[in-house]
Amino acid sequence: MKAQRAALNERIINSLIKLAGYSSIVFVGLILIFLVREGLPALNDVSLKDLFGSRWYPIEGYFGILPLISGSLLVTVGAILIAIPLGIGTAVFLSEFSPSWLRNLLKPIIEVLAGLPSVVLGFLGIQIVAPFFRRFLDLPTGLTAFTGAVLLALISLPTIVSIAEDALNTVPPAYRQGALALGATNWQTAWGVTVPAARSGLLTALMLGIGRSIGETMAVMMVTGNAPVLPSGLNALFLPARTMTATIASEMGEVATGSPHYHVLFFIGIILFLISLVVNLTASSLSLRSRKRAERLLS
Amino acid sequence: MQSKISVQNLSLTYSDGVESLHEINVEVIANAVNVFFGPAGGGKSSLLRAFNRLNDLADVRHLSGEIWFNGKNILEPDTDVIELRRKIGMVFSRPVPLPLTLWENVAYGLLLMGEKRKNRLDEAVEKALRLAALWDEVKDRLNDPASAISGGQQQRLCLARVLALEPEVILLDEPTSALDPVSTAKIEYSLLELKEQYTIVLVPHNVQQAARVADYAAFFLQGRLVEYGIGKQLFVSPKVKETEDYVTGRFG
Amino acid sequence: MNLPEYSRKMRQVEVLGINLLRLITLLTAVPVIGIIVFILIRGLPAISWEFLTQMPRDGMRAGGILPAIIGTVYLTLGTAIFSVPLGVAAGIYLAEYASDNATTRLIRIAIINLAGIPSVVYGLFGLGLFVLFLRLGTSILAASLTLSIMTLPVIISTTEEALRSVPNAFRVVSTSLGGTRWQTTWRITLPQAMPGVITGIILGLERAAGETAPILFTGAAFFLPRLPASPMDATMALPYHIFVISTSVPGMPLQIQYGTVLVLLVFVLGMNLLATLIRNRARARRQW
Repeated sequence: MKAQRAALNERIINSLIKLAGYSSIVFVGLILIFLVREGLPALNDVSLKDLFGSRWYPIEGYFGILPLISGSLLVTVGAILIAIPLGIGTAVFLSEFSPSWLRNLLKPIIEVLAGLPSVVLGFLGIQIVAPFFRRFLDLPTGLTAFTGAVLLALISLPTIVSIAEDALNTVPPAYRQGALALGATNWQTAWGVTVPAARSGLLTALMLGIGRSIGETMAVMMVTGNAPVLPSGLNALFLPARTMTATIASEMGEVATGSPHYHVLFFIGIILFLISLVVNLTASSLSLRSRKRAERLLS
Repeated sequence: MQSKISVQNLSLTYSDGVESLHEINVEVIANAVNVFFGPAGGGKSSLLRAFNRLNDLADVRHLSGEIWFNGKNILEPDTDVIELRRKIGMVFSRPVPLPLTLWENVAYGLLLMGEKRKNRLDEAVEKALRLAALWDEVKDRLNDPASAISGGQQQRLCLARVLALEPEVILLDEPTSALDPVSTAKIEYSLLELKEQYTIVLVPHNVQQAARVADYAAFFLQGRLVEYGIGKQLFVSPKVKETEDYVTGRFG
Repeated sequence: MNLPEYSRKMRQVEVLGINLLRLITLLTAVPVIGIIVFILIRGLPAISWEFLTQMPRDGMRAGGILPAIIGTVYLTLGTAIFSVPLGVAAGIYLAEYASDNATTRLIRIAIINLAGIPSVVYGLFGLGLFVLFLRLGTSILAASLTLSIMTLPVIISTTEEALRSVPNAFRVVSTSLGGTRWQTTWRITLPQAMPGVITGIILGLERAAGETAPILFTGAAFFLPRLPASPMDATMALPYHIFVISTSVPGMPLQIQYGTVLVLLVFVLGMNLLATLIRNRARARRQW
């Protein structure tokens, strides 16, 4: 009797645990379902041609999301161009050249950066970074795509540094020893052997950095000046811009549920969801491949 | 002599393709020390882990044959493995005290059964520790973490942990391989006492140990049972050449 | 060019290169320290007992930020209620129960995706499912549910990792003594993994506490004259409050802005510090 009850309890607990294990699949499914449910009607409200038009002016019924997509791209590309040299450089320094006491000091500091809420960085962007660039670059306003890119670089740095450093650390020591034994200097070994050997891990770091940048909302919304215009040239970097995320965040609060504007904002959500899907799947397959290769080489 | 466990045509292959046991037929004799010996990788541990279905935790690709215990083939899917593991206890090659106190370690199996009465548990713990010749050394520190005692004591603790469940069979997989000679002698002495009451299957740490304690012995080589018989005879006058070579130390 | 000259050139390149890397690392690390020190200096003068315990006055340009602090505490606890049991159980499933098959791989892909979905998309999802479809309205409940799904991947991954670091020998021994999978998890592996699990929970909740985008349309209020009375009320929250007072309230005294940022920073970094302390203490104590 007692044993039976224990067995029943055990079965219930096991089912609950299994259910919890499967919940992630359910949630991804639910997210997709609700985005599609609210976002797909946008295609009824707005023609595909207008939807991918170049004018975003919802009050007058213009729902062209091209300026928003390009705004996101502009800010993200800018951020990545800043973050790659800083992130990879820091990771190479920490893993290949830094004395261990310095590494133990710097790594937690960079992790703290990862924990800073983006609204705090956005606030500092408004207070410090934007005014600085306005004066330094002599711009009419400091709230530009470039300011957003700088903040995004800061936000994606911890991701890039920690994953890149992990990738460099998993390069088998035998590689380094082999190169050093052939008379290569530390510097030559780092760039000629270790970094190439870790390249898929570094790419993973890059992909996840891009993912964080494209999805970042608050900081970007606060400092990019919120101007949904199609960039006309390189100087667009120093003009106000508007990303997809910022558009959703700033406009969703004011739309009527079920209106075309509402549906289009959800449609942008679908695009963001798909981008993050592609970015993360690529990153995880990259890191999986590098792990498999390392296992093959070491076995 | 009465058979306690009867193995019939047992074959086992792990999922990495390594065949661990091939067509094994062997008897485990009740109230005796049954020794399974041979070079490493011969399949002795796999056989031991099949007796209490601990192989369920490993990636087994193929398993065929029968293991009869108390009138049942325990490889049948409807076997109550929890009940089986309580009746067939196991001591491993490295002492692994659970990260609990000494008392909790010995009482662990009973606690899992749902026994909550403190006096019953205390009695069982004392009895098991006495059987494993550890009581006098640890009776004043039963609430200390089990990792605080020496390696030899830990292995006797592991034996006591099994004894607390009052099993019918005790499997020992090279229980003394990590121990010093004094602790080894204590464990071997315990085995000789315990066989009055229990059936013992031992994978010995070396041939000398096998010869010292074996009532019945089985020699395993590369997944096959080469020779099986009464301990004294098998070590003094082996019938098969491989056994003789191994026993006399020509390979191993 | 002869060899010694070449090697001297190489040497110069190296020294230059390594110094460049030093500079880059400095550029990455210095802003973090700068940010924290700066906010401390500018924010501390605003901090007073009144600031922490009073309602805002004069259109939030004076008085305290109590409702935002309370709101963030409520949201963090609300998130914990849902995400901790679910996340820990899912981590247990992956570490102790799941075998390596197609379904498990699908679960892992799902977790990776959950971790990567932009926070504002979580906001949309919360609006669609919790606020509208389940009719919870903009409420602490809807916002907490949204935040908990966002927090799940962190808790699941750290729980799994912590469980996997427990030596397998314990599982084998417990099983050999007649332990079921759940008994082994509950009595041995989970207690051993607890510090790691708690660290993961705190890091997940830390992220939830600092997020703005997911609560924008699910539970955050611009201004409320009184504290929320039930989980069905909307609430003010520190991150959203910072956004509001730094972008939408003209004539907002800077000191109050910096003070609010400092309070959020202490809240979030305090959790971070706590997680680190727990991790380090457990590492020092571990017996295996």
